[in-house]
Amino acid sequence: MAAHRRMWPVLLSFLVALSLEITPMPEGMTEARPAWLAMTVVFWALADPRRYGLGFAWFFGLLMDVLKGAILGQHALALSVVAFIALKFRQRIRVFPIWQQTVSVTAIVAIYAFIILWIDGLTSDVSIVPERALPVAATLFLWPLLSWLLGWARRHLRVA
Amino acid sequence: MSLQPTDTKPLFMRGPSLGVRMLLIAVFSILLMILDHQQGHLRTVRQGLAVAVYPIRVVVDLPFTAASWMGESLSDRGRLLSENRVLRTDILIHQARLQRMATLEAENARLRALMDSSAQVSNRVVVAEILEVDLDPYRHRVAIDKGNRHDVFEGQAMIDARGVVGQVTRVDLLSAEAILISDPGHALPVEVNRNGLRTIALGTGDTSRIDLPFLPNSADIEPGDLLVSSGLGGAFPAGYPVARVMEVDRDPGRAFARIRAEPTASLNKEREVLLVWPRLTPVEAPMGTTVQGDPEASPPDPGGEG
Repeated sequence: MAAHRRMWPVLLSFLVALSLEITPMPEGMTEARPAWLAMTVVFWALADPRRYGLGFAWFFGLLMDVLKGAILGQHALALSVVAFIALKFRQRIRVFPIWQQTVSVTAIVAIYAFIILWIDGLTSDVSIVPERALPVAATLFLWPLLSWLLGWARRHLRVA
Repeated sequence: MSLQPTDTKPLFMRGPSLGVRMLLIAVFSILLMILDHQQGHLRTVRQGLAVAVYPIRVVVDLPFTAASWMGESLSDRGRLLSENRVLRTDILIHQARLQRMATLEAENARLRALMDSSAQVSNRVVVAEILEVDLDPYRHRVAIDKGNRHDVFEGQAMIDARGVVGQVTRVDLLSAEAILISDPGHALPVEVNRNGLRTIALGTGDTSRIDLPFLPNSADIEPGDLLVSSGLGGAFPAGYPVARVMEVDRDPGRAFARIRAEPTASLNKEREVLLVWPRLTPVEAPMGTTVQGDPEASPPDPGGEG
């Protein structure tokens, strides 16, 4: 069974998420960039925990570190924590109604944002401003959309 | 494995549990961060990965390049012609100024030789393009499309037509990352063009503002003064315009004046920047303390002049 499941749509969704993480945003919205990669990690960890678990999250986190010019390991650590929480509470999050699921994913993204901020603070000076919470708020609106879109891809492309 | 649907938990755990794996990954990540934070330990790892992710940067940048290309190829003939005319006039004016520049440079070199101080040489420059990618909204970093292959080096100065933009912080094979002078973590040695008063300009996190926090209230500086790079510190070539003083706030209750300046370079608009290769000359010492070094001791120019 495992052999029949396609992998490329998942890889593609990860690559698209990576690109969206560095795509220039419209003026005034740069602080509100949704945590695309974290949401993608959560989705695939919930969908197929055997394949797209900690290792996958860590690897794409490392790519994001290089892409964003961050310290190596920062996003890798934060994203593997995201995958860890998603896997840990997978059985519950999966059966939640969509609004409850959105709230829990937002909480996970909040933890992710906190780890990123924390490591930033340890390695350099950071300004702690209310705008830091905007990506988390953006997740609240985008998770239903993203989970619908990836869910469609998952069903129709027989991914997992 | 293949018999079980993905939804159920395996009956028996295989391999280390989730918690243990998480712990291992966390420890490994932290080690990685420590190694990376101590400069240079992981340079080769990062360079390898950077080549792997370079296509992503290019793809993200592609729509912007395509848009500007479309804009060029679809604009009408009349506009192109008039633009061409304007540019040609500009070139003529600049060429005329350059003619005098050659004689002035020679004269400057002679005078400096008389004063026994190192001569300023014309620098080699290469045009680099800033990739339209956002790295971190709270830091002023940009990615440029020139790297190791084009002799870019760490600490290299980046300017545009109007002034200093920033400096290169990390070089990969095909691209490089640079810090803008407006980044809160950036400091730049400058001097006031009018009287040679030297100080440090700090970035503020705002592309239209840099601060001069280390000048006393009595310092001779006025709004409108031009700040140029002083060349101290060795990173930036001397004499490029950096910023214009906008506001000087002298509060007698404070030890230092509060001075704000506006960068002359357009930090958030320009897509093309110039990378400067300095002729590595010893830092200008004040009169009387000039080091009488072996002229051959200074490292050679990485590329020659253009």
